[in-house]
Amino acid sequence: MPTRKRQLPEIPPELVGTVHVTPLDRIYNWARKRSLWPMFFGLACCAFEMVGTFAARFDPSRFGMEIMRASPRQADLLIVNGTVTKKMAPQVIRLYNQLPEPKYVLAMGACAISGGPFKEGYNVVSGIDKFIPVDVYIPGCPPRPEALMHGFLTIHARMERESVRDLRWYRKGEEVDTSVPVPELGPDLVDWRLAEQIEALQQPATDNQQPAE
Amino acid sequence: MATEVTPEPTDEVLTRLQERFPGAVEAAPEPYEGLIVARDHLVDVATFLRDEMGYAYLSDVVGVDYPEEVNGLPPRFEVVYHLFRPVGGPLTLHVHADRENPVVPSLVPVFPSANFQEREAWDLVGIRFEGHPDLRRILLWDGFDGHPLRKDWHEVYYEEEKKPFGSRWPEGHPVMAESRTPLGRNLRYPPGWSPEDWRPTTDPWGYRPHDEVAEQKNPAMPVDRVVLNMGPHHPSTHGVLRLLATLEGERIQKLEPMLGFLHRCHEKIGERNTWLGNIPYTDRLDYVCSMTNNWPYVLAVEKLMGVEVPERAEYIRVIMGEFTRFLNHAVSVGFMCNDLGIYFTVMLYALEEREFILDLFEMTAGSRMMCNYMRFGGVAHDMTEEAVALARELAFERLPRFIDKVDAYLTENEIFRARTVGVGVLPPEQAVAYGCTGPLLRGSGVPYDIRRADPYSIYDEFDFEIITAPDGDVYSRYLVRLGEMRESLRILQQALNRLPDGPVMAGKKKATVKVPPGESYGRIEAPKGELGFYIVSDGSPNPYRYHIRAPSFVNLGVMGELCRGHLIADVVIILASIDITLGEVDR
Ligand code: SF4
Repeated sequence: MPTRKRQLPEIPPELVGTVHVTPLDRIYNWARKRSLWPMFFGLACCAFEMVGTFAARFDPSRFGMEIMRASPRQADLLIVNGTVTKKMAPQVIRLYNQLPEPKYVLAMGACAISGGPFKEGYNVVSGIDKFIPVDVYIPGCPPRPEALMHGFLTIHARMERESVRDLRWYRKGEEVDTSVPVPELGPDLVDWRLAEQIEALQQPATDNQQPAE
Repeated sequence: MATEVTPEPTDEVLTRLQERFPGAVEAAPEPYEGLIVARDHLVDVATFLRDEMGYAYLSDVVGVDYPEEVNGLPPRFEVVYHLFRPVGGPLTLHVHADRENPVVPSLVPVFPSANFQEREAWDLVGIRFEGHPDLRRILLWDGFDGHPLRKDWHEVYYEEEKKPFGSRWPEGHPVMAESRTPLGRNLRYPPGWSPEDWRPTTDPWGYRPHDEVAEQKNPAMPVDRVVLNMGPHHPSTHGVLRLLATLEGERIQKLEPMLGFLHRCHEKIGERNTWLGNIPYTDRLDYVCSMTNNWPYVLAVEKLMGVEVPERAEYIRVIMGEFTRFLNHAVSVGFMCNDLGIYFTVMLYALEEREFILDLFEMTAGSRMMCNYMRFGGVAHDMTEEAVALARELAFERLPRFIDKVDAYLTENEIFRARTVGVGVLPPEQAVAYGCTGPLLRGSGVPYDIRRADPYSIYDEFDFEIITAPDGDVYSRYLVRLGEMRESLRILQQALNRLPDGPVMAGKKKATVKVPPGESYGRIEAPKGELGFYIVSDGSPNPYRYHIRAPSFVNLGVMGELCRGHLIADVVIILASIDITLGEVDR
């Protein structure tokens, strides 16, 4: 820290108290983390606890995030708050793809993390991170509002560690496509990224079969 | 519903049916309840029961798979119907279907409420209902491989037949379900299926019927019909409901709720859980009111076990149940105002009260939302003095103020009335035919409340009124909710004044319970309507069949009718006035 401080320019005496000098990253992240707009998006029981968190008692406007946007185009935080079913997975992934960069994903509750109490269910995706990258996991069933707020703070801490210099959405020239192929509903959920593996499983239809039920 | 029928036990129904349909009806053998009806006579018997004997409600339709011979009955699929009449009690009908080719005549022409439930039985158990107008999958999608609630159908993560499973740490480190499947995912495809050659021919998103309606043009109106998809991500669908509407201009021609986006395989998991292990799962059905979800389940099991619940436990159950009703109605009015565009004002007030009620739940049950509080034969913990004091403060002082506040702001409000009066009118006959219950039914002027019609627990000891409103529109349902909140507080005040001392659990707390073989149907008046649990026990530590009759699910069946001809902007209000929770709709 002291070396960094020495590099900052001197402030003329008449401006002391009016002008502050700080690294660009600091001010950039400070501004960003205080205007994180979550998407108004509900999946299951955890969503209701999230609604409770966004009400008067817990007051997330302290973190500058009281505005929830129903449209993914206007939001930058996706809170996956509940069980992602196979039928719902294509929609969740499409929403994720529609979020503009920079985007963050918060998996709220056991279901979003791993399938939770419903993991063995035939229509349940065992964890949203099978499809999209997750930044913060909050365990609980449902997590208490305090836990959700801790999740927000963790995202803030994560943002603080980022630097304008290496953020992928500022890189010129090399476009990084972060979108995820949307799965389809076939005999089961069809994840196109697994197509080869499925194909390989099906080929030697005699010996390397699916395990017996 | 003024049909005055004197109470008759099942025997008398049986005698009358046997006179009328000789050889078609017989009493179900022990340990089953009710009657067995021959498949070919089902429609006639149901019509007779409805028209001549006053069985106006078809509460529940459930398919059960019996792959082996039990209790002297051959291997079969069974469809169990739970009928009810306002005076005289419930009636259970069993219909047997062939195990190879299960076909049962559809009851939709007699009871439109069977529509969604038969579709569910087709979807999950694979029983075909002949004569059903629209037998498509409802919770899963068209093209899904198999019928999951059949006993011989196993999930990908299948481990063992029954819980508790063996150790997941057999060699000192955890074994994840993922590592036991070839794809490392909860995915499986039929043998020989290859994604490369796959040409989808199915209609997983259900657009086809709508496209057909959209094709037929109205000669009087030279506009194209538009198929509009609303949800499953939509701020006003209260979760992941999807509504598919065909519009002409801004008017709805056909509207259909598409379900299953939160189908969490509750019933399949429930059959594997232990009896006790299902209680926390019931919490997650209607996540707004978890306390009342435990109740019908424990009622159904208690019926089979024959345990007596101590008086204090009954009082505590009523207290928790009524707080839950208050909570649900408050939040539901708040959500309705959100959908009207009174964005987050009423909702914030409601959520403020919710926090206090949740504090009370946390004090007694140890958890805010998922209380997991009731047990077979009582409740898990006693209410502390502190909790009683908080409950008294809420019931006597704080919550009445909330109702007055909402009443003052909304009831006479010009704009509120302009948006709600005359919108989404549900005539009483239609409400009964569609099996609607709860505020939706009472908002149509039908004074039917299970707390009075088929009293459970100790509701017959309390003095309260059944609130109805005559018009059947959104505004009436709002009035009913407001009135019911007041009545809930009245019950709470009486219960808190009379709360007796004593144990809260019959016998000791046990980790396993013995449930004698048999079937039972427990139901209560949950805040959203009749919540029923149908359970079948074969004497083992796990339920044989575990089915939930969810009020939101059945009430949604009338949604299409309610919206026909209305503006698209009214759809969200009508939906909010039905008051659904998707956890319960899709289960
Ligand atoms: S983690 Fe628990 S509370 Fe959250 S959605 Fe899953 S079941 Fe519901």
